[in-house]
Amino acid sequence: MRELKCAFPKTIPVLTGYVFLGIIYGILMTTNGFPAWLPVLTALVIYTGSMEFLMVDILLSSFNPVSALGTALMIGARHIFYGISMLNKYRGTGKAKFYLIYTTSDETFALNYDAVIPHGCDRTKYYLAVSFLDQMYWVSGAALGAFFGSMITIPVQGLDFVMTAMFVSIFMNQWMKDRDELKKTAQASAAEDRKKISLQDWILRHAPELTGVAGSVFCLLIFGPDRFIVPSMIVILAILTLIRKPVEAVYDAAEEKDQEASVGEAAEEKHQKEADEMNQTEAVHEAAEEERI
Amino acid sequence: MSMTPAEMAITILVVTAGTVFTRFLPYIAFPEGRKIPKYVTYLGKVLGPAVFGLLCVYCFRNTDFITSFAAGGNHGIPAIIGLVVTVAVFAARRQMFLSMAAGTAAYMIVLNLL
Repeated sequence: MRELKCAFPKTIPVLTGYVFLGIIYGILMTTNGFPAWLPVLTALVIYTGSMEFLMVDILLSSFNPVSALGTALMIGARHIFYGISMLNKYRGTGKAKFYLIYTTSDETFALNYDAVIPHGCDRTKYYLAVSFLDQMYWVSGAALGAFFGSMITIPVQGLDFVMTAMFVSIFMNQWMKDRDELKKTAQASAAEDRKKISLQDWILRHAPELTGVAGSVFCLLIFGPDRFIVPSMIVILAILTLIRKPVEAVYDAAEEKDQEASVGEAAEEKHQKEADEMNQTEAVHEAAEEERI
Repeated sequence: MSMTPAEMAITILVVTAGTVFTRFLPYIAFPEGRKIPKYVTYLGKVLGPAVFGLLCVYCFRNTDFITSFAAGGNHGIPAIIGLVVTVAVFAARRQMFLSMAAGTAAYMIVLNLL
């Protein structure tokens, strides 16, 4: 299928990441006593790396389905945003829509959101190819790690830190994106009122991350390591709702500047095109004049 | 107290249901044509980063920063080093898998050294 050929190169970074991480996940599961088919199963039906790593912990603790559900909803909260962003792009995908939505992982969302469908490729089949390939990478990694992980003889003590490292990296990614937005907004201000990034703007821009960390630490100290997740979620939701107005103001202002910038870029491109056309017409006239002479 | 297989099955089911729900919710709530409330759009933007803040704290929830070497602990030094390396590599290269590998390697090395 030609869509598979078109999609495959785009998914290569996901291939390396998912297979590597999947292998670690499979190993982590089996070294904690779980059967090899379990990580393969979760890779198929849960298909959320961060959640699956947490499952290792959750399944080793005492039975608490309410907390598990709460965690799944919190971790999955970002899927809600992905869905909102893909509402239009996944329209008209017919029978494939269920699978496309089901397999919206972070990386698949990123790929399909940015995708420029190549000429001659069917849009639905392209999205399908990307989603399918990504999930197969993850499932394969998990299977490899689960079934063949015991053959690895290097000491694996401390390998579970990979989960911490993953969350820290995702957190950093978000933090730095926000920092970039702050810089862009400061630079975009007109020369007269160009100002350094104020502490207030800095706090408001990073408010989601700061709220997440501060609210969790607060609840961790009060409720202890086994009980702090649900209270943290409530506290985070409450704080974010309370500070909504100022945070939204900063975020919306940044989006406006982004839009102005892209409108400005489009306008510049138009000017450039018109200038080029004028030069061309002049050149044609000059050539015609020389001909006459 | 650990779970029975039945309890594990229920947990997996619950987590699967929760995850699937978050993926399908936007398409159910906003079928083609319906407008999205601003509050929902706002939450979509801010909840994600906040959750990962929570998850980072979750990962360190059991790290013992206090117990000294004499008492058999390690002051959480491997964890701190792992954290610093992950942050530094990401800040420098902005590649997720690279910083994950570096941070994990650093943690494992320090842990096995001490």
